[in-house]
Amino acid sequence: MKDIGLTHFLIVSTMLFFIGVYGFLTRRNMITMLMSVELILNACNINFIAFNKYLFPDKLDGTFFTLFNIAIAAAEAAVAIAIIINLYRMRKSIDAEDADMMRS
Amino acid sequence: MSDSLALLLVPGLPIAGFLLIILFGRRYFPKASGMVGTFIMLISAAISILTAYKYFFVTGKVDGVYQHMYAFKYVWLPFTDSLSIDMGAMMDPISMVMIVVVTFVSLMVHIYSLGYMKGEERYATYYSYLGLFTFSMLGLVLSTNIFQIYIFWELVGVSSFLLIGYYFDKPSAVAASKKAFIVTRFADAFFLIGILVLSYYTGTLDFETMIQRLTVPGEHLTAIATAGFLGASALTWGLLLIFIGGAGKSAMFPLHVWLPDAMEGPTPVSALIHAATMVVAGVFLVARMFPVFALSCPVALDVVAYVGIFSSMFAAVIACTQTDIKRVLAYSTMSQIGYMMFALGVSRFGGESGLGFTASFFHLFTHAMFKALLFLGAGAVIHYVHSNEMKDMGGLRKHMPVTHIVFLIACLAISGIPPFAGFFSKEEILTAAHQSNPVIYWCAIATAAFTAFYMFRLYFNIFWSKEYKPAHNHDDHGDDDHHHGEAPWAMKIPLIILALLSIGTGFIPFGNFVSSDGHALHSEFHLTAAILPVSLAVISILVAALFYRKLTVVPTRLAGALKGVYSAAFNKFYIDEIYLFKTKKVIFGIFGNLAAWFDKNIVDGVINLSATAAENFSDTLKGMQNGKIQNYAVYFFSGLLGFVLLMVFLSN
Repeated sequence: MKDIGLTHFLIVSTMLFFIGVYGFLTRRNMITMLMSVELILNACNINFIAFNKYLFPDKLDGTFFTLFNIAIAAAEAAVAIAIIINLYRMRKSIDAEDADMMRS
Repeated sequence: MSDSLALLLVPGLPIAGFLLIILFGRRYFPKASGMVGTFIMLISAAISILTAYKYFFVTGKVDGVYQHMYAFKYVWLPFTDSLSIDMGAMMDPISMVMIVVVTFVSLMVHIYSLGYMKGEERYATYYSYLGLFTFSMLGLVLSTNIFQIYIFWELVGVSSFLLIGYYFDKPSAVAASKKAFIVTRFADAFFLIGILVLSYYTGTLDFETMIQRLTVPGEHLTAIATAGFLGASALTWGLLLIFIGGAGKSAMFPLHVWLPDAMEGPTPVSALIHAATMVVAGVFLVARMFPVFALSCPVALDVVAYVGIFSSMFAAVIACTQTDIKRVLAYSTMSQIGYMMFALGVSRFGGESGLGFTASFFHLFTHAMFKALLFLGAGAVIHYVHSNEMKDMGGLRKHMPVTHIVFLIACLAISGIPPFAGFFSKEEILTAAHQSNPVIYWCAIATAAFTAFYMFRLYFNIFWSKEYKPAHNHDDHGDDDHHHGEAPWAMKIPLIILALLSIGTGFIPFGNFVSSDGHALHSEFHLTAAILPVSLAVISILVAALFYRKLTVVPTRLAGALKGVYSAAFNKFYIDEIYLFKTKKVIFGIFGNLAAWFDKNIVDGVINLSATAAENFSDTLKGMQNGKIQNYAVYFFSGLLGFVLLMVFLSN
């Protein structure tokens, strides 16, 4: 094992993805859950970059998608935080357990 | 006018009238619909009489034999090349006689109803129903095809149902219409099975082909005569089943229970449907299939004869005790139809032995005239007295002279007193019975005596007996003491016409026109044979006069002396009670409970089980939607994981 290859990147991104999933499922704080979602998105970004570099080195599609993703993640964070702030105003809490108004 | 156009118009006009009145008449010209219906009927009757005249005197006879001709016939519903349901109009002596009877009596009833039904709320509806009935009855008698007759048979049943239940705010009328419909429908089920049996073996529904295949020896006749079921051949069964259908419509014992109740309808309707036309449909049906009965299956014909004579006597006995004048007439109708039935039953095919066939149709024709007259006369009486019960009547001869005379004529006609119409037809039937079966002959003589007795019991009770006191009119309307007169002219004219026909139609040489094989039948009139029945009838009339001309205690004493018989007859021999017992206790009690148990436990059980299962399952599923976003995420990720695993598994 001399160079860092595609496998290494994929292992990192997989770990990052599952750390994100774990955080999303276990944390009750919505800000933390949002951060976990960012981790999942970034795991996805790493995959894009890695595949682009190793499989199609003469193309830039993966890089562009990553840039899109970053932009989308920013927008998503803005929306999510706006929702969380509104929820806080209503419930005085940002605990996901308390946000069950849409229950049947 | 060509025959096809004429016979298209004869039933076509009444149905057009029905549609016109029911769709537009009720709203736009309710008062005029009676005139419209009557006018249409007048045209139809004129055309049918002309057509019949043309058939009997110009075109119908080829080499001295009346032919079966088709005015028109087209395939309505083809099944295979040889099996199809046709619609058409057949011209032969019996259908021609029937269209004349139907359209003529219908016309009389239309005219009569102009007076009788005047001021009724559903006047237009009434006339539309009359048109529907006339159309159905004409379609029935003109049928070329046994299935066509079945279709019109049911249509006749429906229009009878509608007309009996015309006063639908009267519970007894509703019950009567339901009863009539169910009883005849019950018989029609057997009729349908009979049609299926016969058409299965003959491979056709067409009357002419079917009769030919069932009378001329060949493969079809051999097949149906050898196929046995419960000790009788399929042919016997088929014919008996068809006869049951006819017996249901013609109120033969034991399917007669609907006819007396059907008198709940308006009286002109009783005259049209339940006396002159629809109830003879059974006779017509047997006559239509007559060659098969007579040539291939005399056993079935014997059944027809015995059922006919039994119904005839049975009804005559009951008629002697009833007090509702329409019910007396209903039972007398049943008795007279029994006469027609056994006349067919004792007849054989062709020549002199076919006298019964001719006599049956002769009686059908004359009976239509005098029975319509009796009913319409009774209607006039009811119109005047506002009651059906004999006890409210009496002494009406001074109040209603015209009705009195025509009613007397009709009573003489039905009692078989010469020279009225009933005498000739009844004599012919008795002669036919005398030639073939002494038991039936003596029973028929006894029935004739009974007939004369109960008709004159009716006559004397209405027109003689005590003085008429319009007692209950005080309760009805305060100012009704000065009475509204006998009857309007619209009612008197049909009575007079029918009275003239009740006198005159007996002189028609019917054998020249209608016979079992189409050849003219010259029946000789034996004066000696007429002495016994006529003298018996006269004696019966004298007895009735003795009992009922003045109010006497004799009838009550006699009823007391014959208490058992009298009350049995008064209660119509408890046939209704037997039916009620059968339906209530046996059918509802045993089979009904079984069916109810099956329905509640098995049928409902399956439905309830599936409902409970669905409810439980959805309760479980409902728990998953708890509003916890992280639970949803778990479902989502586990689904995703499952999907990925599936893809991995599949790709390997």
